[in-house]
Amino acid sequence: MGRFIARRLMQLVPTLFGLSILLFIWPRQLPGGPETALLGDRGTPEQLVLIRQSLGLDEPLIVQYGKFLERLARFDLGTSISTRRPVLTEFADRFPATVELTVTAMIIAIGLGIPLGYLAARHRGSILDQLSVGWSLLGVCVPIFFLGYVLKAVGAENLGWFPSTGRQDPTIDATHVTGFYVLDGLLTQEWDASLDALWHLVLPGLTLASIPLAAIVRITRASVIEVLGTEHVRTAEAKGLTDAVLRRRHVLRNAMLPVSTTIGLMTGTLLSGAVLTETVFAFAGIGAFLAQAISELDYPVLMGFILFIALIYVLVNLVVDVSYGLIDPRIRVR
Amino acid sequence: MPLLDVSDLAVTFAPRGRPAVNAVDGVSFQVNAGEVVGLVGESGSGKSVTAMAILGLLPKGKEVQVTGRASLDGTDLLSLDRRRLRDVRGRDVAMVFQDPLSSLNPVVPIGTQVTEVLTRHRGLSGSAARKEAADLLERVGIPDPTRRLRDYPHQLSGGMRQRVLIAIAVACRPRLIIADEPTTALDVTIQAQILDLLSGLVKDSGTSLLLITHDLGVVAGLCDTVNVFYAGRLVETAKRRQLFGAPQHPYTLGLIGSIPRLDTPRGDRLAAIPGSVRDVLPWPTGCAFAPRCALSADECVAGPPALHVVDEGHTHRCVRAGAPS
Repeated sequence: MGRFIARRLMQLVPTLFGLSILLFIWPRQLPGGPETALLGDRGTPEQLVLIRQSLGLDEPLIVQYGKFLERLARFDLGTSISTRRPVLTEFADRFPATVELTVTAMIIAIGLGIPLGYLAARHRGSILDQLSVGWSLLGVCVPIFFLGYVLKAVGAENLGWFPSTGRQDPTIDATHVTGFYVLDGLLTQEWDASLDALWHLVLPGLTLASIPLAAIVRITRASVIEVLGTEHVRTAEAKGLTDAVLRRRHVLRNAMLPVSTTIGLMTGTLLSGAVLTETVFAFAGIGAFLAQAISELDYPVLMGFILFIALIYVLVNLVVDVSYGLIDPRIRVR
Repeated sequence: MPLLDVSDLAVTFAPRGRPAVNAVDGVSFQVNAGEVVGLVGESGSGKSVTAMAILGLLPKGKEVQVTGRASLDGTDLLSLDRRRLRDVRGRDVAMVFQDPLSSLNPVVPIGTQVTEVLTRHRGLSGSAARKEAADLLERVGIPDPTRRLRDYPHQLSGGMRQRVLIAIAVACRPRLIIADEPTTALDVTIQAQILDLLSGLVKDSGTSLLLITHDLGVVAGLCDTVNVFYAGRLVETAKRRQLFGAPQHPYTLGLIGSIPRLDTPRGDRLAAIPGSVRDVLPWPTGCAFAPRCALSADECVAGPPALHVVDEGHTHRCVRAGAPS
């Protein structure tokens, strides 16, 4: 197990190296550049050249890349061109928000998706089955920004139950230790700050949960139907086991393999930033910032964020692979 | 009173948009306490469906209809509600299935698969259950049972897996074990060991055994009473000696005649019953074996053949039995 993890982490080095080369070349081939974004249309050609020089963009690509690697060796991802702050700081400021949002969305998606998928499979063809399959189809089809605005209009404006934007009420004087607002409130025992942050997570969390929820319902349903038809379930039935034991030990556990893959992939996707949800709810995560960096061609931010996202993806997949072995002993890694 | 009294059991599969199939049709038989009873017939003759119907293991719904009675000690299993039926399963009636690999849950240690019945029906838990499970595994001939409890099914051989399933079946000292082709998926050398184990266990504990098989050799070695199935119906019921000594139904005769013998002259062809099971649906109202039968006459297809009593415990359904072919 330890060797397997170490080997996978070693494989990360060439992956990230190759990715960094691509990320270095591709954005620089696009028309325009950070200098046009900084100056807009009014910049004179002389000013543009000056800015390119000051950013070091006039040097040959290979030299620029060399400098990037040199900084990387010192764990320095450079400075954002548009905000003038270190990329790592920008990332550290925003990533906790994305993590909180992702965790909320995945808790909702898993907590509702697995029971719904199980019930739909167990009562195949029933009203409940048709409703959950229909709803999950709707969840995939309805665009996030539309769902977000609907939830905001109903939950925040009409009913007034939830705040409509942000991560925390600015009038609350909260101490921030880790940047995870819910956790911070618990650490500093500022319960109201924690609760308020949690409250702010409800609507964006629900919005973001829609797609993974739909996927988990459908995969769980299909997977449970398959397991219910196997002979070991018939054996378990013939043993007279109670519904609870049958469900937990002989159906859900076997059905979890494909579901855990979906959960892993979805978590990776959500962690790489939910641009639309974050925009609708003015939630300061990495998604909105990354979208902005793309439009401004903020090279260092692009590079740093995408490398981080790649790293997260690989780590999430590693967790999924290891969890396979916990679920099914036949594919336990050595 | 017999321990298990199945009377007029019928199972009809009626899948949507397709004609209904009478998989089991008017089947009646008894199993007495301590008796080994065989259900014999070829694949698709309804033996397994009969066993599954008795324990309510067939899929529920409009597409599957089960009628008739299956009384265990006077309680009709077919009319029990789900909860009471669950109490009976595993405790009073246990089942051993054909394929030991797919019948065990691949992701649960075998120890848990044994202890869960002990917990469910005998109220044992924790170390008491584990100790009892190890004893059971030892009793079915699994070496080093305490260590084996942690193993998963894929770490055991086919014969060992079937021993585990037998251990699970005998765990709650049931009054009846239904074994559905328990040796079919195993090597020939292992088959005899498993049958010896099974018959030894039921003899020691006085448990009745309902053995489903297509192997007349197994029947000859184990069964006190034999029920011969053909196309969802019982064609002959007899004590073992009666069946092999004086078979009445042409199908039974054909089956016994087709057993390869060591003393037939070299070069002789193996005997076989001509034709194959008719899959024309629904089955004709007359004798289903008539199209393959050498004795077949007009009266065979006129209506369902009546039950003929030959002797005490020996019955068959053939209107032409004993007629010269």
